[in-house]
Amino acid sequence: MTEEIIIAGFGGQGVLSMGKILAYSGVMQNKEVSWMPSYGPEMRGGTANVTVIISDDRISSPIINSFDTAIILNQQSMDKFEKTIKPGGLLIYDPNGITRHPVRRDINIYSIEAADEAGKLGLSKVFNMMVLGGFLKLKPLIAPEYLHKGLQKSLPVRHHNLIEDNEKAVEIGKALLKPVLVLN
Amino acid sequence: MGELRLMKGNEAVAEAAIRAGCDGYFGYPITPQSEIMEYLMVEKPHERTGMVVLQAESEVASINMLYGGAGTGKMVMTSSSSPGISLMQEGISYMAGAELPCLIVNVVRGGPGLGTIQPSQADYFQAVKGGGHGDYHMIVLAPASVQEMSDFVKLGFDLAFKYRTPVLILSDGAIGQMMEKVELFDPIPRRTNEEVIRQCPWAATGKPKERDHIIITSLDLDPAGQEKINLKLQAKYRQMKKDEVRFEMIQCEDAEYIFIAFGLSARICQKAMDIARAKNIKVGLFRPVTLFPFPAKAIAEISKKVKGMLVVEMNAGQMIEDVRLSLDSPQKVEHYGRFGGIIPAPDEVVSALEQQIIGG
Amino acid sequence: MEEQFAKLDIRKDENIVYKRTPLLVDRPLSYCPGCGHGTVHRMLMETLEEMDIQDKTIGISPVGCSVLAYDFLNIDMLGAAHGRAPALATAIKRMWPDKFVFTYQGDGDLAAIGTAETIHACNRGENFVIIFINNGIYGMTGGQMAPTTLPGMRSSTSPYGRDEKTMGHPLRMTELVAQLPGTYFVTRQAVHTPNHVRRTKKALRKAFENQKLNVGISFIEVVSNCNSGWKMTPVNSNKWMEDNMFPYYPLGDIKVDGKIVEPKAVTAKAGE
Repeated sequence: MTEEIIIAGFGGQGVLSMGKILAYSGVMQNKEVSWMPSYGPEMRGGTANVTVIISDDRISSPIINSFDTAIILNQQSMDKFEKTIKPGGLLIYDPNGITRHPVRRDINIYSIEAADEAGKLGLSKVFNMMVLGGFLKLKPLIAPEYLHKGLQKSLPVRHHNLIEDNEKAVEIGKALLKPVLVLN
Repeated sequence: MGELRLMKGNEAVAEAAIRAGCDGYFGYPITPQSEIMEYLMVEKPHERTGMVVLQAESEVASINMLYGGAGTGKMVMTSSSSPGISLMQEGISYMAGAELPCLIVNVVRGGPGLGTIQPSQADYFQAVKGGGHGDYHMIVLAPASVQEMSDFVKLGFDLAFKYRTPVLILSDGAIGQMMEKVELFDPIPRRTNEEVIRQCPWAATGKPKERDHIIITSLDLDPAGQEKINLKLQAKYRQMKKDEVRFEMIQCEDAEYIFIAFGLSARICQKAMDIARAKNIKVGLFRPVTLFPFPAKAIAEISKKVKGMLVVEMNAGQMIEDVRLSLDSPQKVEHYGRFGGIIPAPDEVVSALEQQIIGG
Repeated sequence: MEEQFAKLDIRKDENIVYKRTPLLVDRPLSYCPGCGHGTVHRMLMETLEEMDIQDKTIGISPVGCSVLAYDFLNIDMLGAAHGRAPALATAIKRMWPDKFVFTYQGDGDLAAIGTAETIHACNRGENFVIIFINNGIYGMTGGQMAPTTLPGMRSSTSPYGRDEKTMGHPLRMTELVAQLPGTYFVTRQAVHTPNHVRRTKKALRKAFENQKLNVGISFIEVVSNCNSGWKMTPVNSNKWMEDNMFPYYPLGDIKVDGKIVEPKAVTAKAGE
């Protein structure tokens, strides 16, 4: 098993930390992982993205230009990454702020209105975990106990009181997922 | 099994330095490697092991702090990225001349000049050919993973003290910034001052009555003396070429073609290899781990067994010169490179193999 | 034979009133006759001998005339690249806090190419001694203009005299570092008369004693002649130094025990 994922959105949406929690959970589950962020000035208020690879085998290139899954949280990222998804792959996006919806017909597409829901519930801080929940519902690569361990490892100790909220958000996210296009 | 962590390459370097028993880190911020000093400052190594961490006023000062520390037998290191490493060249040359051990980490970014902050391998020449003035080399280690970023810190210090020479870890922005699973080695206690004095009888640690005073210098105004120093250095480099060559070969047994690549490029070639093999192209990967000493003999041997070789680098063709110098019979060797912070994609590398080597 | 023994007899230990300290290596100095370096070397080594810290001292020599200081000073030493001695000393003192560490630098080394290292070591309040020999010229490379060359003063790269409009002004590095909170003792001395030599030695002792207190940089400038570079006899060069260097670089303590000495007191001591 090898899953190649791109997570992309605005800086501040928790894109990098979502990737880190996913990757750390993978480590806890004894998978091989890599987490390769975009870095530099574009991070400051601009777009941020991270490539996460989770595999049972040694990972070759941490830098790739086609993905099994794209998790997309803003329009610029949609423009940039929709076309990079492998045929038959998966696109999950939050429609909040999206003006041009995906056009591909050879991939599975799901929407997740996590930003709205997080705002309503006052859980904006764990918006990214809702999105991660949506992903894990479709691709249960990580068992819940390892996600818990991943959270423990990736969050600083002073934020460990937030682990519960994070796990709650994952469950909420699973329920928010809506199919847009599902291939047979 | 050591402790498992998910870490950035830069963080792994910093944690490994503490665990290796490093006595002092001296550095200056520059992207994409600033996490090394940031991590060290957060970790308070002076409390964990007594290690000194100091933000210097420049890379010039950093490398000369290393000169001072190393001259007194301490285990010292610095890190920087390309423009900062250029500034250090004077100090590195002095340390090579004075035969002082130290570890330098270059998290390479695109150049020339201020260039870009994106990953590159364009500092290969600077790293393996000396870099500064005078006839000298550093041992150059090229990590291709976060795991090796950690492991090579320890290996680097071992080699630095074994040969009393500066050792360079030639990494790049991608390996510095990316996170992977790392198995950390168990901490090695820092040497006590008494152990430093005992293990480094050449170091300037304060002159007791019973021995002559020690002078750490790269200066000998008498050309005969200076030639002697040079001959000693050259003998040391020959020894390194004999004993310290390291490389990795992946799927080379049945290969008709070979990628030759180091560091991040080697990882990309591994993926390219999978793509090519899916197309029934039998390609293997030869990855030099030490760039100096260069695995010349092993490359010469494998070159005889294959139809062609593609050297893949994130530069305009630097390591390929050493590859060509390694071959004792004419071989089909081509170069594929991207520069200025662009990372070649695996399928791009496969196309290059098909066009330049197989079809060419 | 008897006569010879009679001569030797007066060399009994109890008759010796002065001798070379064993902390100076028994070899001829490479400095020009009349130069102040040798005197500073001797005062420095006598200080270390009197404090009995030869085995605890690590010195750093510069690039310049005193590049070979390590050949004469019988202590463990490192030869630094041009201007970088304070960086070396910083690391050494940080990792060997119980050692006595000093740099020995000229004006080109300390006040031109090494300005950043000097200022920042002083500003961090490192705990070592900086000995700064200021002769207003690059001696070793053949008498070129230094940052401390006086206005109108001729050198091989200011053959018509230093023109402040195009070549800048002489740099009073010592006054400059005295302003930094990281310096604890800052003084300017000379070694051309026995009286000045005594004062310099006193300053050296104070500087090395300060290292025990862990209170910051002790910075000793010694205004010296360069009879070769200035193209004068040693005697004339000392006279020229008094008449020209001292008014611009007044002698005396500038900062003592972390406090700036009143400027009046400095003026009063000038030219003593």
